[in-house]
Amino acid sequence: MPAAELDVRNLSAGYGQTHVLEDVSFSVPAGGRLSILGRNGMGKTTLMASLMGLTRRYAGSIAVGGTDITALGTAARARSGIGLVPQTREIFKGLTVEENLFAGLKGRPRSAIEEAYALFPRLRERRRNLGSQLSGGEQQMLATARTILGQPSVLLLDEPLEGLAPVICDMLMEAFTRLAGSGAMTILFVEQRLESALDFAEEVVILERGRIVWSGKPDALRADAETLERYVGVGGLH
Amino acid sequence: MTGATLPHDTAPRLRTLGQDLLGLALIALAGLAGYALFPDNLAFLTRVVSVALLVLSLDLIVGYCGIASLGQGALYGTGAYAAGIACLHGVTEPFLLILIGAAAGAVMGLLMGAVMLRAHGLPQLVLSIAIVQLLHEAANKASSITGGSDGLSGMVPAPLFGVFEFDLWGRSAYFFGLALLILVFAALRFIVRSPFGMVCRGLKEDPLRISALGIRAFPVLLKMFAISGAVAGMGGALAAIATQVVGLDSVSFEISANALVMLVLGGIGHLYGALIGTVIFMALEHVVAAINPFHWMTLVGAVLIAIVLFAPRGLSGTLDEAARLLTRSRWRAGR
Repeated sequence: MPAAELDVRNLSAGYGQTHVLEDVSFSVPAGGRLSILGRNGMGKTTLMASLMGLTRRYAGSIAVGGTDITALGTAARARSGIGLVPQTREIFKGLTVEENLFAGLKGRPRSAIEEAYALFPRLRERRRNLGSQLSGGEQQMLATARTILGQPSVLLLDEPLEGLAPVICDMLMEAFTRLAGSGAMTILFVEQRLESALDFAEEVVILERGRIVWSGKPDALRADAETLERYVGVGGLH
Repeated sequence: MTGATLPHDTAPRLRTLGQDLLGLALIALAGLAGYALFPDNLAFLTRVVSVALLVLSLDLIVGYCGIASLGQGALYGTGAYAAGIACLHGVTEPFLLILIGAAAGAVMGLLMGAVMLRAHGLPQLVLSIAIVQLLHEAANKASSITGGSDGLSGMVPAPLFGVFEFDLWGRSAYFFGLALLILVFAALRFIVRSPFGMVCRGLKEDPLRISALGIRAFPVLLKMFAISGAVAGMGGALAAIATQVVGLDSVSFEISANALVMLVLGGIGHLYGALIGTVIFMALEHVVAAINPFHWMTLVGAVLIAIVLFAPRGLSGTLDEAARLLTRSRWRAGR
């Protein structure tokens, strides 16, 4: 079995005095794909934010590539190999597409942004447009591309398809699949679109009120209508 | 990581380079026009160039990094005193004096940044005022080195290239200053458009996002403080060379506040705005103060209020917006 690239042990975290995650443990091997499911408000985004060091941690540990990063701040975690594409996209709306990409280079040569354009050719066409002039799908592409340019070993995708047209979702999923296919990144995928999440993942965990209540293979979950109904809010898949 | 790498598209870069060269040519032309139209006011025009360097330096930290400062005079004055003191101690080569001013400004920029970056918002602004006031007082007290309230005088810079004297008419100083401004402006255009410049602008927009990209804000901002200090220091050194006097006014709250006003007038976060704001403010000050020495500030104040109310992005921002609207309407007409 490949060594765990991301190893989360007994993580409890939240905001201020509010505990959101309780005793969360999982690990993902190098190049692996894990989808995180659960209804709204169950702690999925908090888990992503906690891995990035954006929340308050009460207990537990996080290791990337065998190195404990629990005590590191957000910037240091990003340098250690974690890249977050947040739910809110959070591109720099006052900068152009190309300038946004420059900001994500982390010391790499300017020519590296061609990798972003190869992944999302649409961004090349929009390179001179401000972030505020992009559609939701284009913003998502930009947020993903900017994170990818930092060459993370663990990529966190937080609801990347939310609110996007089906055709854009297909384009994004194709790009995510290409990234995963390279085997260079371990990808954690939080998504409400169940089919997309299950098609993409090798392993799945379900969060309920901040705790992992189910973990296993996507096919096992597809066959478990009761679990889907109970924790994800859908009666079954066809 | 990803698939095949596409050939790098050079057309947009060439277009940007063309725009930059055109901008630099316009600055040079404006400078030459100033020389042709006001040959008897070259000392004033050189002061405009010197202050333009100060305002450009302020734009780097206010406009590109979002750091509030009313103490930029500390960097300008440090450069002026460093060049002045060096000149009095036998270093008279003008290029070397500019370098000394830049180095002194950069060191002061690092110190100022290290202090100011510990705070945010209003406390940061107060720190900047405190720093410039402290330096002003230090320059006043250390009269054996700085000349105190009498200022440093008696500097005699060597002729430019061993030929062009810094004479009473101020031709050498003016063209020296203009060339320096063009060089610095070109370098700053490069810096603000580099990945480093983008990170600075990203920090201004949202520091947390930059942090999530793995970039620590403090070293980045400190580097910009050093660059800003070097530019302001060059402005101060130029003033010292041109006037051959360094006074306490070069390291004062007043010059710091005026620089901020010029920046707001021209447009924060646009290097061209810093130049436009400086020229307009100083021309207003020069002309109106000559007409009415008692109430010129009233007119300047009225102009500022009008700018803030009707062109909140400053003159360059408003020109940008107008150009964008014009382009859009032409494009629609073309369709």
